[in-house]
Amino acid sequence: MKKTLFYDKHIENRAKIVPFAGYEMPIQYPNGIIHEHKAVRKSVGVFDVTHMGELEVSGPDALAFIQKVTVNDASKLGPGKAQYSAMCYDNGGIVDDLLVYYIDGHYMLVVNASNIAKNMDWLRANTAGFDVELADISDEINLLAVQGPKSMVTLQKICNINMDDIPFYNYAVGQIAGFDAIISRTGYTGELGFEIYFRGDKETAESIWDAIFDAGNEFSIEPIGLAARDTLRLEKGFCLYGNDIDQNTNTIEAGLGWITKTDKGEFNGRDIIVRAKENKPKRQLVGFVMNTDKFIPRKGYKISIDGYQIGFVTSGNLSPMLNQPIGLGYVNRDSKQPGTQIEIEARGRTFRAEIVKLPFV
Amino acid sequence: MNFPVDLKYTEDHEWVRVEGNIGTIGITGHAQGELGDIVYIDIPDESAELSLGDSFGTIEAVKTVADLFSPLSGKIIEVNTGLNDNPEVANNDPYGDGWIVKIEFTNPAELDKLLDVNSYKELIGQ
Repeated sequence: MKKTLFYDKHIENRAKIVPFAGYEMPIQYPNGIIHEHKAVRKSVGVFDVTHMGELEVSGPDALAFIQKVTVNDASKLGPGKAQYSAMCYDNGGIVDDLLVYYIDGHYMLVVNASNIAKNMDWLRANTAGFDVELADISDEINLLAVQGPKSMVTLQKICNINMDDIPFYNYAVGQIAGFDAIISRTGYTGELGFEIYFRGDKETAESIWDAIFDAGNEFSIEPIGLAARDTLRLEKGFCLYGNDIDQNTNTIEAGLGWITKTDKGEFNGRDIIVRAKENKPKRQLVGFVMNTDKFIPRKGYKISIDGYQIGFVTSGNLSPMLNQPIGLGYVNRDSKQPGTQIEIEARGRTFRAEIVKLPFV
Repeated sequence: MNFPVDLKYTEDHEWVRVEGNIGTIGITGHAQGELGDIVYIDIPDESAELSLGDSFGTIEAVKTVADLFSPLSGKIIEVNTGLNDNPEVANNDPYGDGWIVKIEFTNPAELDKLLDVNSYKELIGQ
């Protein structure tokens, strides 16, 4: 089991540690998930997401290759730009969702931790005819996400560039606490926030961690675990690979049509995706809110109308901001409209819920 | 972590306080810690009859849902209705105001199967 360079910081903060994607990661700290969640929505929190994968694509055909393996239009990327995208199999199923960065003539793909090896295999399997080089640099890169309305004023104190100049989904190369870093205005919380990529040893990592916490002290900055990362993304309706999207879902039915640029030319899965777009998908990922606060929907529970199954839950939890249980799930096309009354079934009981527009918060 | 010495424990991370033929049941400090924020405790009404090992309720926590198993055979004589509005009490005071049900037990021999505090601590590696 691997540890990130922040492991001792997690222990110092009395994190509960769980195995996740081959790493010992903090799932929560003593204040608990709801408290951590609200800290990010109201002020600022720090996530160690070093376990995420970073894959480098370089060489003369790098752009053409990225265009083939991802669904978004990478030709729109330029210096300082990042893009949310997905890789698909030829049948339209999703290999992974990811961020694509254009950095000094090459590309960095930031992928889900549990999919690193699978993604590398898939990239390699697609290189025929492309003059590209692939490298898995995951083990060299540390990654902290600093998220929340106070994230910018916190980081600005220890950053040598004007952070306000970095638009959403852009990045700048600068220094944090005197160390070189990629400062990216991205995140998985739906709040103002930054993701900070940097190389370096434990001393460097801990110096940056300490500097961020010193800078955020006046805003009661807190470390945030993986559990609150999940509730934060769920409230915004962001997909989680392995729950809401996987090899059996395509980007259209997952509501990721906005990143799927079918007019950019050929790419893996394009034929199926074009057909899904034209015929309208048979099912659609939707959000729903429970009509009770005494039941939390969870992955795999049945979604029904009048006892007849119309879909299944892919993610669910208590929304700390709404103080109401919420969920995501796939339902038949006919039942996807906001306002539709549905039932969630679990343990032989049914609970009423209503389909709502995303995001929840 | 606190584990009162005067209580009995189960492998399902519940505690039992025995007074006469009444067993008061709750979840341990370890259990509430593992579950994290508890949002609802679903328990049957009073007078439900339980056998040893019966699943008699569920705890919905942000992280997961867990079953409650009856550590004793008998009849539920009181449920902690205070948990309906304030389920977080089971997190904050698991051995006190966070108690869940009281059972009038019918088979005192079952008490011998419960763990003492040291055996329970050993079970959870404390």
